[in-house]
Amino acid sequence: MSENLLEATGVQKHFPITKGLFRRQVGSVRAVDGIDLDVRSGETLGLVGESGCGKSTLGRLFTRILEPTAGKIVFEGQDITHKSVTQMRPLRRDVQMIFQDPYSSLNPRHTVGSIIAAPLQIQNIPTPQGLKKAVQELLELVGLNPEHYNRYPHEFSGGQRQRIGIARALALRPKLIIADEPVSALDVSIQAQVVNLLEDLQNEFDLTYVFIAHDLSVVRHISDRVAVMYLGKVVEIADRDDLYKNPRHPYTVALMSAVPVPDPVRRDRAQRERVLLTGDVPSPINPPSGCRFRTRCWKAQDICATEEPPLVTRLEDPQSHLTACHFPVVSDEVVAGRRPQPASA
Amino acid sequence: MSVNSATDRPFLEVKDLTVRFETDDGIVQAVSGSNFSLRAGQTLGIVGESGSGKSVTSLALLGLHRTRSNAKVSGEIWLDEKELVTATDEEVRKLRGGKMAMIFQDPLSAMHPYFTVGSQIVEAYRVHHPSANKKVARERAIDMLARVGIPQPERRFHDYAHQFSGGMRQRAMIAMALVNDPKLLIADEPTTALDVTVQAQILDLIRDLQEEFGSAVIMITHDLGVVAELADEVLVMYGGKVIERGPTIDLFQRPQHPYTWGLLGSMPRLDREVRDRLNPVKGSPPSLINLPDGCAFHPRCPYAGRNGDRSFKEVPVLIGGAHSVACHLPPDLRNKIFQEEVAPNL
Repeated sequence: MSENLLEATGVQKHFPITKGLFRRQVGSVRAVDGIDLDVRSGETLGLVGESGCGKSTLGRLFTRILEPTAGKIVFEGQDITHKSVTQMRPLRRDVQMIFQDPYSSLNPRHTVGSIIAAPLQIQNIPTPQGLKKAVQELLELVGLNPEHYNRYPHEFSGGQRQRIGIARALALRPKLIIADEPVSALDVSIQAQVVNLLEDLQNEFDLTYVFIAHDLSVVRHISDRVAVMYLGKVVEIADRDDLYKNPRHPYTVALMSAVPVPDPVRRDRAQRERVLLTGDVPSPINPPSGCRFRTRCWKAQDICATEEPPLVTRLEDPQSHLTACHFPVVSDEVVAGRRPQPASA
Repeated sequence: MSVNSATDRPFLEVKDLTVRFETDDGIVQAVSGSNFSLRAGQTLGIVGESGSGKSVTSLALLGLHRTRSNAKVSGEIWLDEKELVTATDEEVRKLRGGKMAMIFQDPLSAMHPYFTVGSQIVEAYRVHHPSANKKVARERAIDMLARVGIPQPERRFHDYAHQFSGGMRQRAMIAMALVNDPKLLIADEPTTALDVTVQAQILDLIRDLQEEFGSAVIMITHDLGVVAELADEVLVMYGGKVIERGPTIDLFQRPQHPYTWGLLGSMPRLDREVRDRLNPVKGSPPSLINLPDGCAFHPRCPYAGRNGDRSFKEVPVLIGGAHSVACHLPPDLRNKIFQEEVAPNL
């Protein structure tokens, strides 16, 4: 792969919790708590994790919709960590976002034409054949009828609206698109259409994607590299096949085994091999000391409570990759968290 | 009723269930002519996309359309020798929450924000056990909370729904649904709002409780993975109709309807190698006000023209034995298409 398009170093985002008349700060939600992550040019980087793990916040930091509390974000060699809104504006041409909810991300009072034209107008992009023509080309590109530029969002189905959101993101021909759960609100058959569309557009326009999702199978399908997040940290990151074939972090192992497999013949085996995590994700206001996953981890030992594991590659394991764990899972390991017997036991 | 009816007759039998809503825009044919049955201790999965009629089916079973004047329900619903469509409101009310109960998708909106979780479970119990005093009901509620795996149930009894996490809230709702030992449990997308590790916990819980109580379960979902894990039999719905029905293993190994093929082809799967491309169903689901003529799926079906123009004119009926399908393609041709064109890409 080629050079990095975006580099994040030690990025943190803490949201203050305030109390009382004077809004005294009493704590903070540590949504993203020290992440080093590079986005390589031309790749699709998948970000997975459960709700509250900070994956959406990280996406918003990348687009600088949010400003990091600490750390540094560099886009194409430019430090954008603390750029103001005005300073960011020229860069918005290069970084765009696709949102999860195709209902709330489009203004219901604007026609599709004006929604898609807005980025072109704001950025003063010359449209030699007129704005309308430019919009119609974009509509056609995402598989919508160009005659529909005068319609309102409510006249479209969920899948079509998501295509409108994609057309808007593409209008400025960006280099990087952050897609935050772009298909999770859609029906299964429509999901596949949008995933295929995103892949086609990537090939056509040389796009780089950061694909944020909680659905591990969709992320596996679309990504080149995948980062797994837990409570504001990246716990494991690797090339797609590496990660899915040889997961090393106990959390990744548990997450993958929890996905229901659409094969009833393997039902018993899937249930037997499932790692059942107990309890819920702890609060990001007061995350556990040391390794954040230790409260739900079956391999946790004393060191996990005192020392935070760094994100490193273990040299003694040939299939290793960047994993933040003191006791990474090895291949063929009998995982202690699994159900001892099938459901009948 | 005949003597051996208890063993021969399924616990739940639905015949020609039709639900229509009259709206300003026209008549919405939400469910048209559904037939299915379910035995005690068995799980029936109903799959379909939004607007396929799966949720309306479940609400009709519970008689929850009765208060809506624009809803017209016809057909027969036999629950344990009792017909529900023609039953009085009072009769249905007695069954609802007692013999049949429901788990909803979003527990935060299904529970009352103003009352404690415990008091809501107590209420559910006392409605169906008027003779039970408060203490008995309270013990029963705490027992149920413990049963569904809520830690410190005595303390959580006094909490409100918003104080529970998503997974715990769903557990509390399951406790509420099960408090009267229902013989039929309807779960409408019970895990869709949950994270995958929590989903695994909840599915496990439903499975264990079903074994313990021997109830019949209807699992409504859009996730074929969930169905494959839990169901004994599966209904696939499209445009308000059951278009395929069969035992789970059969349906996944030899799916018959082109729409079922499309659903299976649309999903990326963790248990297979990565495919270059997904094979989505083209187009989008039909409007239930204005269903296409003939087979409702024909505008999206790649094989609709392969057998003359019947698909465009005539509504196919569900035919076949245990594994039945509503499709005009002759079985031989359908098998050939599946073997040669569909299966290699699944």
